[in-house]
Amino acid sequence: MNNYEIVVGLEVHAELNTATKIYCGCKNSFGSAVNSNCCPICTGMPGTLPTLNEKVVEYAIKMGHALNCEIHPICKQDRKNYFYPDLPKAYQISQFDIPLCGKGYLDVILDDEGTTKRIGVTRIHIEEDAGKLIHDDSFEGSLVDFNRCGVPLIEIVSEPDMRSSAEAKAYLETIKSILQYIDISDCKMQEGSIRCDINVSVHKPGEPFGTRCEMKNVNSFSGAVRAIEYEAARQIEVLEAGGVIHQETRRWDDPAGKSVLLRSKEDAQDYRYFPEPDLLTIVVPEQKVKDLRDTLPELPNHKTLRFMKELELPRFDANLLVESMEKGAFFEACVEKGSCKPKNISNWLLGDVTRLCNEKNIALADTRLTPERLCEMIAMIEKGEISGNAGKTVIEEIMFTEKTVAQVVKEKGLAQISDTGALDGIVQAVLAANEKSVADYKNGKTNAIGFLVGQCMRQSKGQGNPALIKELLLRYLG
Amino acid sequence: MELYEMTASELSRLMRDKACSAEEAAKSVLGQIARVEGKVGAYITVTEEGALQKAREIDGRRAKGEELSPLAGIPMAIKDNICTKGVLTTCGSKMLHNFVPPYNATVMERLTDAVVVGKANMDEFAMGSSCETSYFHKTANPHGLGYVPGGSSGGSAAAVAAGEAVLALGSDTGGSIRLPASYCGIVGLKPTYGAVSRYGLVAFASSLDQIGPFGRSVDDVAMLYSAICGGDPMDATSAKRDYPDRDAAPSGDVKGLRIGLPKEYFGAGVEEETRAAVMNAVSILEKKGAVIKEISLPSTGYALSAYYMISSAEASSNLARFDGVKYGYRAEGCEGLTELYEKTRSEGFGDEVKRRIMLGTFVLSSGFYDAYYKRAKQLQQQISAEFAAAFAGCDLILTPTSPSTAFRMGENLDDPLKMYAADICTVTVNIAGLPGLSVPCGRGANNMPLGMQLIGPKFAEKTLLDAAKAYENEAGSFRAIPEIQ
Repeated sequence: MNNYEIVVGLEVHAELNTATKIYCGCKNSFGSAVNSNCCPICTGMPGTLPTLNEKVVEYAIKMGHALNCEIHPICKQDRKNYFYPDLPKAYQISQFDIPLCGKGYLDVILDDEGTTKRIGVTRIHIEEDAGKLIHDDSFEGSLVDFNRCGVPLIEIVSEPDMRSSAEAKAYLETIKSILQYIDISDCKMQEGSIRCDINVSVHKPGEPFGTRCEMKNVNSFSGAVRAIEYEAARQIEVLEAGGVIHQETRRWDDPAGKSVLLRSKEDAQDYRYFPEPDLLTIVVPEQKVKDLRDTLPELPNHKTLRFMKELELPRFDANLLVESMEKGAFFEACVEKGSCKPKNISNWLLGDVTRLCNEKNIALADTRLTPERLCEMIAMIEKGEISGNAGKTVIEEIMFTEKTVAQVVKEKGLAQISDTGALDGIVQAVLAANEKSVADYKNGKTNAIGFLVGQCMRQSKGQGNPALIKELLLRYLG
Repeated sequence: MELYEMTASELSRLMRDKACSAEEAAKSVLGQIARVEGKVGAYITVTEEGALQKAREIDGRRAKGEELSPLAGIPMAIKDNICTKGVLTTCGSKMLHNFVPPYNATVMERLTDAVVVGKANMDEFAMGSSCETSYFHKTANPHGLGYVPGGSSGGSAAAVAAGEAVLALGSDTGGSIRLPASYCGIVGLKPTYGAVSRYGLVAFASSLDQIGPFGRSVDDVAMLYSAICGGDPMDATSAKRDYPDRDAAPSGDVKGLRIGLPKEYFGAGVEEETRAAVMNAVSILEKKGAVIKEISLPSTGYALSAYYMISSAEASSNLARFDGVKYGYRAEGCEGLTELYEKTRSEGFGDEVKRRIMLGTFVLSSGFYDAYYKRAKQLQQQISAEFAAAFAGCDLILTPTSPSTAFRMGENLDDPLKMYAADICTVTVNIAGLPGLSVPCGRGANNMPLGMQLIGPKFAEKTLLDAAKAYENEAGSFRAIPEIQ
């Protein structure tokens, strides 16, 4: 854009999927009737006290490990003071100067070639979510739903390392896939379980960073892309017109496709952070920190890259296989057998297997398909023992019945005739019966071969190996 | 002797021996309330019906032969910042004038057999040293109705001193149990920080607040303390530890006990009559075998400033939740959210509370945090370290509870600094998280009670009570209820 470079930093808030809330025993669940899933503690009633849910600390440390962060096993919680009706204590318990996780990084994949970029992570801290205001035309004023109060959050703050909306999107998608992989967040965007604040600035290459503006309240990744592009364009327009960018907080209005000024730097809130006196210092034993690291699976960004580079899958396939842990594991179990090509496995898994699961609304694990059965079938196709088309029949049988691949092939007569002797008679008969086509071929109309192969296939009742038939035909015609 | 004049230990024994019933005890105390409450004003709410019902329940259970706790059936006053399920809990503030908590404080869960006769008056949100900042009314000192009972737990102390309760719970953030105990001539204990659960105590300054007992004898205070102390999963700051000697009665043995007298607590500002009364008590303890030594706690002079910064900072945050949105007072006729907040808080809080919220907001503000709050926290560490060092050379420390006897009502109301100075001997104990016990030790020229303060290392409540008992045995009991006039 007019020689400007865009700089983006992100603060991602993710709701953790612990069984209970962060400071009380209320269930941590979405969708309860208004104000039915809250108690005196999470609604900050006078005299009540918070007690920390240790699972929240564990989940945040797992994310810290996943993002290669330094872990601060001794840290504290702080109060962030501000007035708002959805915050019944008038302060949010968060972490200020000593977050649970410090500096780290995340490698994101930017293109189909597997080019990666390392995005710095500044910190990850734990905090509580606030309630929700409800505005509706059916009543005057606003109402408060306190159910979300005390839902545990982690806030992941990035360095200003992204240079485009696409990089920001890749970062957000990678964060989301990691959260799901290590199973600490449901990542349901429509339920607001991941939200982000976006910092954007622009500058000419070679010049120092421009003044940044923060956009609050972005709750979809596509919204984030639109917000970044809008904000960068807005700033460039201001600069091009000779103006200056003022540091300010803006609210992204996605339906309207624009950001509006929330407050300028001069009006910045003073949150008067101070150590939360109702809670003790968090102390996590070193061994626990290590043990948590050992619980991590291979992370999705690494796995995608490995599928692309080592197994030569296209990025599209790799992404789909990584996105579903179940399919990814199934795929890897097949690859491990070494009996067929990874790309063929991927094609079958992402193609017919997925289609059939979807049609019958059934999970892969609930079918009778095993890596052994799938590989057996694919190997037969690769060896020409059955056709790919026959595979479509076989796959359905081996997914939903107990029959073996061999049984299905036999019962349905799907075996391909790959015996030269058996095919030779058919080929000769077809050549004899189609003199015109033979003449056409010899006169240079090479596509006549297709017709001849088709005739042979028909004669063999579809069981002839088309590759072999073609080879025989060419031998006679040559 | 009337039942309301008895100590809890005596009443407990009588009830156990079926010489009197809980209902009779409750009626006796309620009768005294009917006679003197109009003059003393110790209560915000008297829970007569609930008290009688509970007393009858206790009697019924006792008749069935059920084993009951020593406190079963003892008429008790509860400071009005301790949440009592289904009973108005106002914190002495207009802000909570209509607040009925749907939950109990942990201490109330531990006192289910006690007979609560009422919710005691207090300085608004426990901010004050005179019980004059309550939104509802002032409480008078039963020993001289023109004098303040001390604060902030003035209602609790006055109720016990006047026979309007046998025992009481108060809370102490900077002296709010010990000062009124001293002014009202009774015994009051501020336990070690973390010894008693704060769950359900409406917070003033979370890192300093503790709930503690009042009684007219050392044994009574020990008895109530043993019932309420102990770790609580609902309070992360409560200590997870055992209290092996919790049920042992105070021994009265001070032989070989090393008692330190910090010179900073006996210097300028302390009235001569106070010094004389305290030193007389010291000589009694010395005669009983205690070893007296002079010590020094050099940072004492900074304690009051540090205390007001830390406590006000925490208060400014703790009291922010009173915004008129969910419960309590809400200003009428507001246009928009900001006005709702401003009017509700302007109208709902009294002057002293507003003063502390402003002070606390200031010391936490960006640009001032390091100069005030952070330095106050550093002083807190220094003061704690000095106490720890002192306790290497002595078993407990003895000081006056307050520089003088109770002041007259209205005397300090317009001079906050003078009011704050009443806490000069007590705030250090909260800052260092130590236990402190105020024991009556004579009277001033105005015939108002004086108190001495015993300070121990963390969780040395038993040592304090043992020493206080030794003094009580020698000096005579503090249990006489004055003629209320």
